[in-house]
Amino acid sequence: MPGNRTTDPAAPAALAAGAAGAAPAPLEQIRRRAAIVRNETLRLIEVAKSGHYTSVFSAAELLAALYSGVLRLADDPEWPDRDRLVLSKGHVAVGVYPLLAEHGYIPAELLDQYTRLGNPLGDHPDMRRVPGIDFSSGSLGHGLSIGVGMAQAARMRGYGSRIWVLLGDQELNEGQIWEAAQAAGHFGLGNLVAIVDRNQMGLDGLTEDVMTVEPIGDRFRAFGWRVVELDGHDPAAVWETLTAVPATDTTTPTCLVAHTVKGKGIGYMELSRTWHLGYLAPPDATDAARELEGFHA
Amino acid sequence: MPDAPPAFRAPLPSDPASWDMAASERLANAAVAGEVLADLADADDRIVVLTADLKFSNRTVDFERRHPRRFLNVGIAEQHMVTMAAGMATFGYVPYVATFASFVGLLCAEQLRTDLAYPGLPVRVLAHHAGISLGFYGTSHHATEDLGLLRAMANMTVICPCDAASTERALRTTVDHDGPIYFRLGRGREPDVHAPGAPAFEVGRLATLRDGGDLAIVANGVTVAPALAAAEQLATEGVEATVLDAHTIRPFDAETLCAVAARSGRLLVAEEHNVVGGLASACADALVDGGVGGVRLARAGMPPDEYALIGPPTHLYRHYGLDADGLAARARALLDR
Repeated sequence: MPGNRTTDPAAPAALAAGAAGAAPAPLEQIRRRAAIVRNETLRLIEVAKSGHYTSVFSAAELLAALYSGVLRLADDPEWPDRDRLVLSKGHVAVGVYPLLAEHGYIPAELLDQYTRLGNPLGDHPDMRRVPGIDFSSGSLGHGLSIGVGMAQAARMRGYGSRIWVLLGDQELNEGQIWEAAQAAGHFGLGNLVAIVDRNQMGLDGLTEDVMTVEPIGDRFRAFGWRVVELDGHDPAAVWETLTAVPATDTTTPTCLVAHTVKGKGIGYMELSRTWHLGYLAPPDATDAARELEGFHA
Repeated sequence: MPDAPPAFRAPLPSDPASWDMAASERLANAAVAGEVLADLADADDRIVVLTADLKFSNRTVDFERRHPRRFLNVGIAEQHMVTMAAGMATFGYVPYVATFASFVGLLCAEQLRTDLAYPGLPVRVLAHHAGISLGFYGTSHHATEDLGLLRAMANMTVICPCDAASTERALRTTVDHDGPIYFRLGRGREPDVHAPGAPAFEVGRLATLRDGGDLAIVANGVTVAPALAAAEQLATEGVEATVLDAHTIRPFDAETLCAVAARSGRLLVAEEHNVVGGLASACADALVDGGVGGVRLARAGMPPDEYALIGPPTHLYRHYGLDADGLAARARALLDR
């Protein structure tokens, strides 16, 4: 495409910077939804008897804010002009399903049979089975390329959609992430936002012990991105940062590095290598639910 | 395994279709995809074309010249290209991604499966210079395993046209196809088998190019022309061969294959692929699943445990018995002549 760095003149003038616009920060709603994400994750993994508690807990406030007015959505999950959310760290899906149910995209009863034979809700999300899921994911390293394709297409179509991609931090080891990062910079996709859930851990341990991902900000800046760091567990900081991203007709993609704690909310899971995948038997789950109650109070 | 592959045969010095630029230029230019897609895109704003720093090799530059705003060069980043196209398809685009078959059919196998086939998105892959058609560029640039991978992918359609006319018809016929398609193309300078404007291309059906009752030769892509030439040779010896163009590998037309094989009980499969996993395997599957017994099957292709020698492509075809002489010899052996 010639003039890759310029804005597509066919694109409409800046649409609302986010559905929220200048609305007051819905901090209570974000807190309430973050609690739903964690509590429901506990409950659903009890059904599945195996799941990614800690990768959801680190992203709870981010997901809560996205579904509390950051994402521009409509009642129709297929509304063409909506924002897209690509769950590149697909294992966070168990924390997203309860929000989709709350949004009315899926019936809440589906949650009760999470992962059971024939239920559309699996550990990794399937766009063909679950309304509100914008792309099927689970194989790490793909999501940013999906986001680049969506952002390029949205621009060519003249849609005001913003494309959000939720990335894991250890996922940044995947080479395809950087193929996508260079393309986003080259094509000038200001309508693309990557959120890195910087929860400090991969499966085998701390990211910097397993395989270095730092300096994340400098890496993205080197590919032409604008980078903002934030506390990913502070509802006010999350709201403020996510609603302050540039207009969709600008030409610099944004990377938000959200500093979080893997397992946030359950003391013994926080930064614990052994809890990437796990299962809490009923008495432990009850204790965990009680601890979360205190955490969210 | 069926009959052993032929012993080494030196290339003919007078081979008219050698990897000689001058000779090559005289062959029909089957690198038509760029122009055909540009024509289609005139009336269809869903069509976009992506390539990975190969626009001159695959002639997608012909598309770029006419539709520069719908052409995206992603640089040497094939995996990103496939996945990015999937993202574009969710916005109603019909993306065509083009690069060497080795770098998309093999390098991007997981992206093809997870991002195109699994969600069933209408992305088309132009996997060109397939098989051993890049000759002395070596095994890194050969794709002799891609059909095996692609045949096992649910939702995937796999089409292997044999010349310019087939490529054009295959592209035009499938624009509105719902899921992903892998077009396995040659190096773009294949001899013409079909006249331009030949009858409509029917996806999923074996095309009968010649009819004979002594044996059937099943070919696709670059092996169709030599299969027809071999049949001509055999005819002069009183042997009549049916020649089938198996341009669609997936879904495979098992019904026609079984009917044809049952007629003579002799089937020669010619493919520019390892003899495991590709067209011959598709035929064998069809025969067994269809309960057709007693068919002798000979596989002409890359031997199961070899990577190609270094050599000009047409010399390699001859060495591996994929030229007319080689196929005719295999046919005679199959008929115990």
